[in-house]
Amino acid sequence: MPILELRGISKHFGAIQALKEVSFTVEPGEVVGLMGDNGAGKSTLVKIIAGNFRPSAGKILIAGAEMAFDSPLAARGEGVEVVYQDLALCDNLTAAANVFLGREITRKIAGIPIVDHRAMMIRAAELFAELKSETRPRDLVHDMSGGQRQAVAIARTRLAESKIVLMDEPTAAISVRQVAEVLDLIMRLRDHGIAVILISHRMPDVFSVADRVVVMRRGQLVANKPSASSSPEEVTGLITGAIEAA
Amino acid sequence: MATPSIEDVIGQSQHHGWLARVTSRQTFWIFLAAIIACVLLSLVTDTFATERNLFNVTRNFAFVGIIALGMTTVIASGGIDLSVGSSVVLSAIVVGTTMAAGFPIYVAVPLAIGAALCVGLLNGVLIAYAQMPPFVVTLGTLAVARSLAMVLSGNKMIYEFGPDHDLLLGLGGGSMVGIANPVYFLMILAVLTGLSYRWTRWGQHVFAVGGNETAAGMTGIRVARVKVSVYMFSAFTAGVTGVLEVGWLGGVTTNLGQSMELTVIAAAVIGGATLAGGSGTALGAVVGAALIEVIRNSLILLGISTFWQGTFVGSFIIIAVAIERMRSLRQNA
Repeated sequence: MPILELRGISKHFGAIQALKEVSFTVEPGEVVGLMGDNGAGKSTLVKIIAGNFRPSAGKILIAGAEMAFDSPLAARGEGVEVVYQDLALCDNLTAAANVFLGREITRKIAGIPIVDHRAMMIRAAELFAELKSETRPRDLVHDMSGGQRQAVAIARTRLAESKIVLMDEPTAAISVRQVAEVLDLIMRLRDHGIAVILISHRMPDVFSVADRVVVMRRGQLVANKPSASSSPEEVTGLITGAIEAA
Repeated sequence: MATPSIEDVIGQSQHHGWLARVTSRQTFWIFLAAIIACVLLSLVTDTFATERNLFNVTRNFAFVGIIALGMTTVIASGGIDLSVGSSVVLSAIVVGTTMAAGFPIYVAVPLAIGAALCVGLLNGVLIAYAQMPPFVVTLGTLAVARSLAMVLSGNKMIYEFGPDHDLLLGLGGGSMVGIANPVYFLMILAVLTGLSYRWTRWGQHVFAVGGNETAAGMTGIRVARVKVSVYMFSAFTAGVTGVLEVGWLGGVTTNLGQSMELTVIAAAVIGGATLAGGSGTALGAVVGAALIEVIRNSLILLGISTFWQGTFVGSFIIIAVAIERMRSLRQNA
């Protein structure tokens, strides 16, 4: 059974049709590259899956059950996690504190809930080890490289029992060496049976990790095929409209 | 690659050794400056290191220090509270008028602190929910709260506090084992504030909001509630100070706490709270307040006109911000 199924998702903002009957499915442990030019509707689609917007028409099914998210928190409750482009980290806090932000572990001392820093450090260290990242829980995010920041943001999605991780341009603003680090992280998530939707402009990144490519143009889905049977040239053609559909 | 054990990973940190960690803190240097100033004053004057003078110095800095705890919290969350001086006088006038009207102290004090909390609530709601800039909102309540204090008292001095007169004077003006009562309030509040910063979810969230408000919101932290709470805490510290100051002075006029916000902000900033938000410590607030009071005291003891006080306090704010600026430039280089 697909972990995520979109059935005829449409969205309009007033007279503007941002999405028109978009349908596709994602299997557990599958990495899907979601591609398209600026304004093609990728971000709108991601925001609908993440619970920021409600679709004007169409259905979202998670593990076969129909969902109607009214907030990102509701979506997170169903295992949908988002790694934002700007990563949503607090530079002034430690890696461990960021991983647990808003979900701090507490224990009671004399009836007062006390933040259990030690337990958070240990759990964060486990998550970083699991992701094979060299990020240290005690370090401040302020002093970290782009790749380590990604690891912190991704570790956060591993805290909850996430089933689907949406990643918005994770490799847009980091160095070549760090890109490799992030792509490794994506493969670790896949190895844990998590479905990853990777929104990216960078063709080589998508083709190196994605099992399947989904291409959007002007709010419509124009291609949905295994990346092995496509090519960067074809996808470029699909994005620009040089190729009508595939 | 050998996999390090979890304990190894946790033990690793970018700051090696306690000495490096301690000396990288602004609080340490300010503390050192305060100590050096004290030593110099003890050598140069024979009046500084007297029991009487030290008693006065500690009591005076307690008033600024208590509010600096609230101010540090507001600044750590990325805000600013200019209304604290007016909350002090409002609290003081409320406690004064209700006790002068014959009410007992246990009714008057909660009313006074409640009045200050109302100012904090108004600040918080306008800033957090109406999303107005903290500077403008608290500048407005600065004017409103002092004006209400004038209306309430008819702008007259109050110095008769009804049946519990002596209790009120003892609370703010008395001492235990040679230490002024306000100093105990400062110590208790400083310990509680410090513990809350480090060990409560509220403390974590205050610093998260100050560090990256959008990020904090996206992780599910209720940013608006955190903001309201910090302005209420700041108003609470001002309310407590108002009550204590009436007791110490033995009377209250509507001049009380005038331009106190400047000294308090200076104490917080000197103590390591950066105005951009996301940093600050309770110990820093106390040490910052102490340094300002020692400097102020030294001007008096050295026979320098107190007119120079503003110059010193103002320059301190600018120097502390300049140091912070230089440090962040160096880190980003």
